Amino acid sequence: MNEKTLTIALMDPPYESANTATALRIIASALKKGIRVNVFAYEGAVCLPLKDQAPHANPVKGTSVEEEDHPTTKKFVAELLEMSEGRLDWVNCGLCVDERGAHNAVEGVRRGSPADFLKMALGSTNTLVIPTK
Amino acid sequence: MTNYIFIETRDPFESRDTRFLVETATALKERGNEVTVFLVQNGVLAARRAAHGSHLPTLSEAGVRLLADDFSLAERGIGESEMLPGVRQAGIDSLVDFLARDDTKAVWH
Repeated sequence: MNEKTLTIALMDPPYESANTATALRIIASALKKGIRVNVFAYEGAVCLPLKDQAPHANPVKGTSVEEEDHPTTKKFVAELLEMSEGRLDWVNCGLCVDERGAHNAVEGVRRGSPADFLKMALGSTNTLVIPTK
Repeated sequence: MTNYIFIETRDPFESRDTRFLVETATALKERGNEVTVFLVQNGVLAARRAAHGSHLPTLSEAGVRLLADDFSLAERGIGESEMLPGVRQAGIDSLVDFLARDDTKAVWH
């Protein structure tokens, strides 16, 4: 296998766990190195690319939306897909999406099933499963 | 020989489950494998010299390579001079290099 490919399974929902930030950093680093990346988002992780997420002001600090510049996971995912130039395949588990009503994902995210995860893993240099605790 | 990379996210002072890491990584090393532990998130708290009872010296003595994520260290205000001997700072790029090697098994903990 000449071209390197990493498959990463994510399960944590957005804004809940430091695992998400670490996973996004791994994906960004791999893409910058020219490595193909497959992501299989399972359970709450299907909400990571949810388009309905909105940045918010911080009434405690008195900052506006612009001043707060609150990062959203949908923005991170969209930017990773853009920088990947087709080398990032992000699959949301379809049943997990249906359960959560999380259909409105950013462009480039596709619907799949655990069978896709198996195919991804079989065709990859390595597979990293990041479970919830 | 197989390469193993353990990605340790847990703080040993919060989770006794880090014993799993010591026992598994040490056993794999004893069987002739190359074993690396990459500490990230609260996992880097064990890398402090002041962390009495840290499980990391046992791993280091067993020949396990210990790396600590520079971003996680910086987030927690842990400087290089405060770290245990045997633990080296590394970036996320180093972790990706390990993951992209052939014959490497990755375990997130």
